[in-house]
Amino acid sequence: MGRYVIRRLLQMIPVFIGATLLIFLMVNVMGDPIAGLCGERQCDPATEARLRQEFGLDQPVWQQYLTYMGHVFSGDFGTAFNGQKVIDLMASAFPVTIRLTIVAIVFEIIIGIIFGVITGLRRGRPVDTSVLLLTLVVIAVPTFVTGLLAQLVFGVNWQLIRPSVSPAAPFDELILPGLVLASVSLAYVTRLTRTSIAENARSDYVRTAVAKGLPRHRVITRHLLRNSLIPVVTFIGTDIGALMGGAIVTERIFNIHGVGFQLYQGILRQNTQTVVGFVTVLVIVFLVANLLVDLLYAVLDPRIRYA
Amino acid sequence: MRGAAHAGRVACAVAVVLAASGCGGASDVIGGPNGVVRSSWGDPQNPLEPANTNEVQGGKVLDMVFRGLKRYNPKTGKAENALAEKIDTADSTHFTVTVKDGWTFSDGEKVTAKSFVDAWNYGANVDNNQKNAYFFQYIDGYDKVHPESGQPTARALSGLKVTGPRTFTVTLSQRFSTWPDTLGYAAFAPLPRAFYDHHADWLAKPVGNGPYTVENYTKGSQMSLRTWKGYPGADRPRNGGVDLVVYTDNNTAYTDLVAGNLDLVDDVPASQLKNVRSDLSGRYINSPAGIIQTLAFPYYDKEWNTPDAAKVRTGLSMAINRKQITDTIFRKTRTPATDWTSPVLGADGGYLAGLCGRACDYDAAAAKQLIQRGGGIPHGRLTITYNADTGSHKEWVDAVCNSINNALGNDKACVGGPVGTFADFRNRIGQRKLTGPFRAGWQMDYPLIQNFLQPLYYTNASSNDGKWSDPRFDRLINEANADPDTKSAIRTFQRAEGVVRDRMAAIPLWYQNGSAGYSDRVSHVALNPFSVPVYNEIRVS
Amino acid sequence: MPEPQSRRPDDNGGAIAATGAGGGMDLATSEGGTLEQRPGEPGGGTGGGAGGEATGRPRSLWSDAWRDLRRNPVFVLSGLVIVFLVIISIWPSLITSGNPLSCDLARAQDGSRPGHPFGFNGQGCDVYTRTVYGARTSVVVGVLASLGVAVVGSVLGGLAGFFGGFWDAILSRITDIFFGIPVVLGGLVLLSVVTSSTVWPVIGFMVLLGWPQISRIARGSVITVKQNDFVQAARALGASNPRMMLRHILPNAVAPVIVVATIALGTFIALEATLSYLGVGLKPPTVSWGIDISDASPYIRNSPHMLLWPAGALAITVLAFIMLGDAVRDALDPKLR
Repeated sequence: MGRYVIRRLLQMIPVFIGATLLIFLMVNVMGDPIAGLCGERQCDPATEARLRQEFGLDQPVWQQYLTYMGHVFSGDFGTAFNGQKVIDLMASAFPVTIRLTIVAIVFEIIIGIIFGVITGLRRGRPVDTSVLLLTLVVIAVPTFVTGLLAQLVFGVNWQLIRPSVSPAAPFDELILPGLVLASVSLAYVTRLTRTSIAENARSDYVRTAVAKGLPRHRVITRHLLRNSLIPVVTFIGTDIGALMGGAIVTERIFNIHGVGFQLYQGILRQNTQTVVGFVTVLVIVFLVANLLVDLLYAVLDPRIRYA
Repeated sequence: MRGAAHAGRVACAVAVVLAASGCGGASDVIGGPNGVVRSSWGDPQNPLEPANTNEVQGGKVLDMVFRGLKRYNPKTGKAENALAEKIDTADSTHFTVTVKDGWTFSDGEKVTAKSFVDAWNYGANVDNNQKNAYFFQYIDGYDKVHPESGQPTARALSGLKVTGPRTFTVTLSQRFSTWPDTLGYAAFAPLPRAFYDHHADWLAKPVGNGPYTVENYTKGSQMSLRTWKGYPGADRPRNGGVDLVVYTDNNTAYTDLVAGNLDLVDDVPASQLKNVRSDLSGRYINSPAGIIQTLAFPYYDKEWNTPDAAKVRTGLSMAINRKQITDTIFRKTRTPATDWTSPVLGADGGYLAGLCGRACDYDAAAAKQLIQRGGGIPHGRLTITYNADTGSHKEWVDAVCNSINNALGNDKACVGGPVGTFADFRNRIGQRKLTGPFRAGWQMDYPLIQNFLQPLYYTNASSNDGKWSDPRFDRLINEANADPDTKSAIRTFQRAEGVVRDRMAAIPLWYQNGSAGYSDRVSHVALNPFSVPVYNEIRVS
Repeated sequence: MPEPQSRRPDDNGGAIAATGAGGGMDLATSEGGTLEQRPGEPGGGTGGGAGGEATGRPRSLWSDAWRDLRRNPVFVLSGLVIVFLVIISIWPSLITSGNPLSCDLARAQDGSRPGHPFGFNGQGCDVYTRTVYGARTSVVVGVLASLGVAVVGSVLGGLAGFFGGFWDAILSRITDIFFGIPVVLGGLVLLSVVTSSTVWPVIGFMVLLGWPQISRIARGSVITVKQNDFVQAARALGASNPRMMLRHILPNAVAPVIVVATIALGTFIALEATLSYLGVGLKPPTVSWGIDISDASPYIRNSPHMLLWPAGALAITVLAFIMLGDAVRDALDPKLR
């Protein structure tokens, strides 16, 4: 196990370097950010040259990347164009997005798995068909339409919630955005659980358990669910990274000042330091989540042993 | 609405239990002179230094935290003395400034002549990367502290001299009779010692001499400003403070206003204008601002820089049904333009309605004929380039194109060309990559006709993005700037504007109004000619 | 679509395959998921990829699947919707006589009236005509993007799975790198510099960031197939690598790729709309549902009809492709019979 973890950690290094380099190059493709800083006018050449120097943009790209990564490893994520330290932006953005992600994951786990178990045990019945159809509709409608509709109906028409989230972003205000963010994953978790439950319900060990005369709920919770949840847990694990980085649309609609908001601002202003800094952290989250999922996998399924 | 506000309060109470930090506005939902106004904001683009802020969102804060020598009257736009006791000149080149007594910064430091001179020297010095440095370009010695390239050879502007605790002299490098009227711009604000000595701390929490102080600044999210009890000026705030909340999407801000979570939105999106009056039962302002939208052309492109192309441009101008677009898309928050300045200047200030004449009237048949006589649209198709990230430009560009297409009877004659980011848009302009017209919005820095003409159309001026050049125009501008008599100077400026019209250097589209909505918690809300809310006048009930 | 979209593996084996990318470790047993091939059935390998023509051969996976599908109402229904969409994409004038680019601001935001059943949008264009013409763009984007993703993904994933070892490690790391970049973020960055009004940059972007999903599934699938007896037998008989890949492995490993690509087709169509919403999608004069939906979204309160028709058309299209993919998967998955 220890050796396996070390090997995986070593494998993370090239992926980490590759992903940060990729995003660095992508942001560079966007072109020169200085032109946007002087409003509706040309920056005067002297100031432009100074700014370029200050942000290191006068260096070749590979050198910029090396300098940047050097700074990152010493804990310095650089400064945004408006003079704000990227690390400060992270300190205010990540807690918000983590709260949002927690809400989304909780929804995925509770609603997704309950729906999945119900439909999986009632395959082909009306409840199964209707839930299945519902999940498809959720997947088919783009998140921004779902989000705008939810905001309009619950926030404006019925006035049940705040239409946007206040800067402090406490948990209760994140319930609806969390649900919107989770909606697609929720649909996938439901379908995944359903398939898994249906498959395992016909397996020998479940039949044995039933034949032994175990009560139904015990069969479901102890035997069926534990084995069926393996793919679900792995899916949710890999989803964490995706949710954190993918909330650009949801955070925009509900005005949540989290990671997606900062990334969106950073891209619009072509702020390399902000974008690369946030993506670097997201890549680390993604890699660590993947590793944890694989380790969890071994815990849940005793047949798998890592050497 | 009332129900919504109540629900908001309950949610906040729950929030306080759940999270120690609680709900931003909850504790401030009190009325009277201590009530706090909750207002929408955008993340400022640059550090909040006076000489470094060149857009409205940062400008909003500076307007609350600083007072300069002059202040533009929130109603009339006239430059009036604020910290200046008097500014004297005999020759429009040498000025003597006397600063009023009794002003301090909110940290207790006295505002002196030196506070101004040091701040201006800081702003002008190329080493400090201040994006508004060019505001000091008329002061003698600017080329030494801000050379086109290389190291500065002086640290201070030779044209600035402190002559006493409250007096200093300014020498300009050229005659500029209305120069004192430019001093209301934020770049000319005084700065305290803390700005230089503890720069990082100052940036985290700017300290100035204005009616408000920064209490709390969560980067990228919210700024809480509170009334400074010791403010010596006459324009003392009528409220307890302002909370500026960052919104990425002004539709969300508007939705929050309707739901009672916000008191003031100073940029009501066009898409909500249809229902704004019923949503807010009349708590809506639509007042002229010093902003004009035009279509600029790339004169570095040969096909646009011919005498015939002027006919095409005039034809295009006549193919745009300005009234229909301002009525339908903008719901009268824009006014069809009939000159190249702004109504907020007033007739005395140089605004001349109807200067554009027939060229700005919609006439599809004449438009088609003119464009044909001019040899048709250069490059065959008109692509109007704009930046798609801010300001819902897509709606009006599409409408302008449809109007041109309908006039020409060709549904692909004109298309919008969105560019993803503002920076990229500016890049394409700067690198002279464009082959067709592009969006050009101009918000005045100070309410002078000079500011609407010289930076935009003078040869190689800083915002002359299309590189238009006409010696006759340049000569008239020089003449007007040197004229000590304001009235005759303005007449000369208007003659220069006539040159712009005759060559149709840029197609004027419409004058932009400021449009704001506010909640029933606040009253006495108004926008100044820069479309910024006059925060100190707002009363909270 | 949905923001974290390409991270979505297929319901069944996909999730497992996706997490197994940690490296060439002993996860092979679980990779490839539940889409097991029938053991000892080399005959299926000679039939080629096309399902329809295989009916003559007894009991091949594909012929069984086709027989199932024809009886599945979900498949028939979604198939009909898709056929209809394809027809109006090719000949939109069959059901509308209007011009999607002819707009009159005087009619802006008006409701429905005779001859204009869906009303007018904010620019005064006919919503019905634009919705009909928008189908073409969506179908083209969806089909080409998923085709591109399927080809790139299965070639790279297949090679990694087939050769294993060093190349597998390299390709898997590259897959991980692309997985680490959030899709919407990548779209914002890459597409914000594009000024072309054609569909190609959008399709190219989708392929660039979408292939890892297919690649992982193809890799897992190839690893599973490679261990089957008939492949071992072919190798023992001295078959060359290209021959093994094309004749034996490809036909047997392609099923999960087809399933995931069909489902991804729907998500690509939805992704186009999301990109438009963020201001980096397709550009006029291209007519697309994404453009219309994002243009209409600020008007959701006062003119919902402008949003609902194109959004409804988009949802039905996406739904049809996802249901089709679902039905195909069920038919190809013997365990669920």
